[in-house]
Amino acid sequence: MKKDKLDEFEVDIDKCMHCGACVGSCPQNAITLREVLIEFNDDCNLCKRCVKVCPVGAITLVGDD
Amino acid sequence: MKRDYDVVVVGAGPAGSMTAKWAAKNGAKVLMIEKRQEIGSPVRCGEGISRSWHNSVGLKLDKKSVAWEVKGAKIVSPNGSSFLLSEKMAGDEVGIVIDRVFFDKLLARDAIKAGSDLQLKTSATKLLKEGNKVVGVRVKSMEGTRDITCGCVVAADGFESQVGRWAGIDTSLAPRDITSCFQYRLTNIDQDYDYCEFVLGSKAPGGYIWIFPKNKDTANVGIGMQLSKLSGPADVKKHLDKFIQGDPRLRKGRPLELVSGAVSICAPIEKTVGDGILLVGDAARQIDPITGGGISNSCKAGKVAGEVLAKAAKANDFSEKSLTRYENGWRDLIENNLYRNWLAKEKLVTLSDETFDKIIATLNEVGVDKMSTFAILKAIEAKYPELVKEFQEFL
Repeated sequence: MKKDKLDEFEVDIDKCMHCGACVGSCPQNAITLREVLIEFNDDCNLCKRCVKVCPVGAITLVGDD
Repeated sequence: MKRDYDVVVVGAGPAGSMTAKWAAKNGAKVLMIEKRQEIGSPVRCGEGISRSWHNSVGLKLDKKSVAWEVKGAKIVSPNGSSFLLSEKMAGDEVGIVIDRVFFDKLLARDAIKAGSDLQLKTSATKLLKEGNKVVGVRVKSMEGTRDITCGCVVAADGFESQVGRWAGIDTSLAPRDITSCFQYRLTNIDQDYDYCEFVLGSKAPGGYIWIFPKNKDTANVGIGMQLSKLSGPADVKKHLDKFIQGDPRLRKGRPLELVSGAVSICAPIEKTVGDGILLVGDAARQIDPITGGGISNSCKAGKVAGEVLAKAAKANDFSEKSLTRYENGWRDLIENNLYRNWLAKEKLVTLSDETFDKIIATLNEVGVDKMSTFAILKAIEAKYPELVKEFQEFL
């Protein structure tokens, strides 16, 4: 697991397809797709839309199941 | 002022290549940049398109770009019964299953032949601005980071578009206007390879499942679901896996490729140009809200964009006012259809499985001679007006 800058979300690199579904869905524009990994920035307000939109369930909020 | 290029296009998908081609062909100095190391890959597409629009945008498909040709569409209701649409009736929706890996390269090659420059593995990292006016773009590539000055930056950077947002253009989407997608290219399957299949109802809440043949025993089998209808993690993939396991034709299939992504299914956005900035394709949210298809609209809008940008280069005027010709041009071509289909989508996502079953049964009973929202609703209304009362405003 790679921890993001905010340390709030975990991205499961075994699942992530680097497809950008979370990037374009983010209302805060707080996610960036860097070729093979995604990064969150401080504009993230933990709305968790990225968790929902991810087609393969690669993103989880730390502490959530 | 001396600038490096008239136009820098960010993203070399169909929208970007078409814009670059028509701008360069008409005399503009164009650079296209693509963050990936290969045009057309990885594929993020179901690859079903129609035949009817290619001529209007000056596009000639080569053999390699066409994977398979079908006779029409098969619309499958939740109870498993189906309605067959011939290609003629299905109009703009089906006909050819393309190979995006080749198709996108064909379009990029057309752009290059028209005089556009192209650089791969090159990402835009920020816009260069003078006040609110965009005057260039900072890029990162194998050669390092550098600033490129230009008259206009074109945002053709897809669903996850950053460039438009950097320019201050609102492209944000509501959850009901986003479809989350997953697809397998399944081989070793049985299928009716003469038809593109669309499965409606609660198997894919707020969307549909598609089976688009790539050859006799291989197809793109995918699902799109409305974000507002998703529950837990990986809901999209789980729905598709369940569907495949429940279908004896597909169960023995094995994947050659996995594809995931998201698509906008929104009403047309308010603004797609500014001073020195222009949005096209997925980045401009020009996707058909019912089918989730974007290639034909991207190509149509891209051609308009390229032509307008070439005129802007000649007049040395890339102001918002000058680029408004693009805004008006693409809206004349596709806006009404986008808006109507968005309204229809808003209704379709509310229909129950029973209603879909009744609609398909009715279509088989009365038949339709043309696959348009209007023709279908009219045909149903004549027999069962209560089925389409939700759609009164279309009739």
